[in-house]
Amino acid sequence: MGMSTRGKVGWLIATLLVLVWSLFPVFSILMTSFKTQDGLFSGTLLPPEWTFENYAEILAPGGSAQDLFLPALRNSIGISLISTFIAVVLATFCAYAIARLDFRGKKLILTSALAVSVFPVVSIVTPLFNLWRSVGLYDTWAGLIIPYLSLTLPISIWTLSAFFRQIPWELEQAAQVDGATPFVAFRKAVVPLAAPGVFTSAIIAFFIAWNDFVYGISLTSTTAARPVPAALSFFTGASQFEEPTGAISAAAIVVTVPVVVVVLIFQRRIVSGLTQGAVKG
Amino acid sequence: MASITLDNVVKTYPDGFTAVRGVDLDIADGEFVILVGPSGCGKSTLLRMIVGLEDITEGELRIGDEVVNDKAPRDRNLAMVFQNYALYPHLTVYENIAFPLRLNKGEFTDTEIDERVRNASALLELDEHLERKPANLSGGQRQRVAMGRAIVRNAQAFLFDEPLSNLDAKLRGQMRTEIARLQRNLGTTTVYVTHDQTEAMTLGDRVAVLRRGELQQVASPRGLYEQPTNLFVAGFIGSPPMNFLPAKVEGDSLRLPTFEVPMDDRLKRAVGDRDVLIVGVRPDAFEDTDIMQETKEGLTFEVEVDVTEWLGEVLYAYVPFEASSEVNKQLEELDRDLDGESMRPQLVVALDATSQVRAGDVAELWLSPDSLYVFDPETGENLTRDEATAEKLEEEARDQRARALERAKQRREKARTQEGSAA
Repeated sequence: MGMSTRGKVGWLIATLLVLVWSLFPVFSILMTSFKTQDGLFSGTLLPPEWTFENYAEILAPGGSAQDLFLPALRNSIGISLISTFIAVVLATFCAYAIARLDFRGKKLILTSALAVSVFPVVSIVTPLFNLWRSVGLYDTWAGLIIPYLSLTLPISIWTLSAFFRQIPWELEQAAQVDGATPFVAFRKAVVPLAAPGVFTSAIIAFFIAWNDFVYGISLTSTTAARPVPAALSFFTGASQFEEPTGAISAAAIVVTVPVVVVVLIFQRRIVSGLTQGAVKG
Repeated sequence: MASITLDNVVKTYPDGFTAVRGVDLDIADGEFVILVGPSGCGKSTLLRMIVGLEDITEGELRIGDEVVNDKAPRDRNLAMVFQNYALYPHLTVYENIAFPLRLNKGEFTDTEIDERVRNASALLELDEHLERKPANLSGGQRQRVAMGRAIVRNAQAFLFDEPLSNLDAKLRGQMRTEIARLQRNLGTTTVYVTHDQTEAMTLGDRVAVLRRGELQQVASPRGLYEQPTNLFVAGFIGSPPMNFLPAKVEGDSLRLPTFEVPMDDRLKRAVGDRDVLIVGVRPDAFEDTDIMQETKEGLTFEVEVDVTEWLGEVLYAYVPFEASSEVNKQLEELDRDLDGESMRPQLVVALDATSQVRAGDVAELWLSPDSLYVFDPETGENLTRDEATAEKLEEEARDQRARALERAKQRREKARTQEGSAA
């Protein structure tokens, strides 16, 4: 890359600005989570007095928010993983068909997927609330997984079909000529190349489910299915005169950790340009 | 190894477009056949039908004695080299070449696979690249890996789909000779698709020229060049292409835009009772009278040279001419069929490089009437085609081919006995 020194410095400054802009709030919450009840109002960024009592409150046995937080964490992880898994598996087949086959209604699938994903969540949450209550899905895992799929499936279909389109069809045909059945060709020539795309859309789908608040608060009522973002709003202080800011900050940090871990694990797999070298270059 | 027989093969797509219209072609065991034609002539479709990636709408395809119309690609035991190479980017060069062997589980042991891969890589000089990924290879190396994948198993035939079109000109020349050498050594039946007539002429034992899904002529390169069946083949084969001139019969001579040809018996027979014709003449049929060694019998005439191109081994002179005639429509259509975009009618003349003719000169050129081709303006049929000579050319080509195959066989056997005595 023939980039001048000035260009490099420019990019460096821009990158730093973006990093500070996006990471400062996280840092601020992290610091808040270490503050004592009194320290919350100190007005300083760093806690005047460091403490783990906020974490103890949400995680340790006997903590005031523990029975609210831990079931919510379990719900969030379970619901998000299941809806991610279903979305990615369905979207893989769907996107493969869209990328490879020529069939009627292909455009319709893509446009309706797009329409569903831009449809405002708040406008369907009330009808869903009534419907779920009458069919018995209210306050269950399935009751959240289904609406989450409506958010995660479209985006997965779109990212994956774009990804499959990049994989040269000749690879599968070459495999078939080399002696593979269509399914073996798919498994040996396409799946290894599609893996980064699958992981990318899995992560996006997971985040969508993980971050949802509107469905989480409206379609649950107990710890049976309530996810973390919703549970946070039920935090109370030790007394009604105490703000639960510290505990909420600690919980926010705890739910951020899995996201960071997931990204770090799959970072290596999301290497773009893996198809490079398949064809002419 | 096996022969491939196409019997009235037709391809019609679901949208009604017919890409291949009834092609009959016999490809003998061990033969190298080229499918050539301008873009959209159906040559790639035909190849993909042979390998099984396209369904055959009508007709019969036989490999050996077996009808394979309904067989899946994997059951046809053919090897194909794709235009884009289609290497598996997640596998090393070694694993790319071993891929077809590994698919047939249980058929080969690991040592056998290793031996075959190393043989192929030695043949293609890929030994030092075996552990690299395709992304780190140059275009020519990728091309060789794709060929390695094809030759590693004993396929009944090799199919090439424009394998050199992504390489630069120099590499293309090298790979062309490489493919020719490989095919001669292995003696495997090969079908090769290209739009490049140099590849077609240099590689093929026989060349099948296609136009709009129809087979125009199947012949040896020399047969195509010297005895084309029609206007299209004559215009397609040869570079620079054959000149086509409108001609009118005036008494005992043919009136062309730049000169007049008295008709001898051969031409009279060809012309018959037609009075408008298309005359074809190869650029290298002309000579500059100034540098002719001896006076030969033929026509001499003066032309005004518009542009010249001196290339070291040859000098091209361009002579514009007025073309107001009944056959213009025919010639324009031909030009479109050949992917051409000629702006104005002009004669291309290839002269000896020592010729002093330059742009703007009036040059005196020599031409033998024997080198003229005469075509029917309606059907495009070559009226001067001599079946006996054409058949003789094919026979010669067959003999040459048989000798080359025999030599290759002897070399292989010699190598084997040497290997045996060394071990």
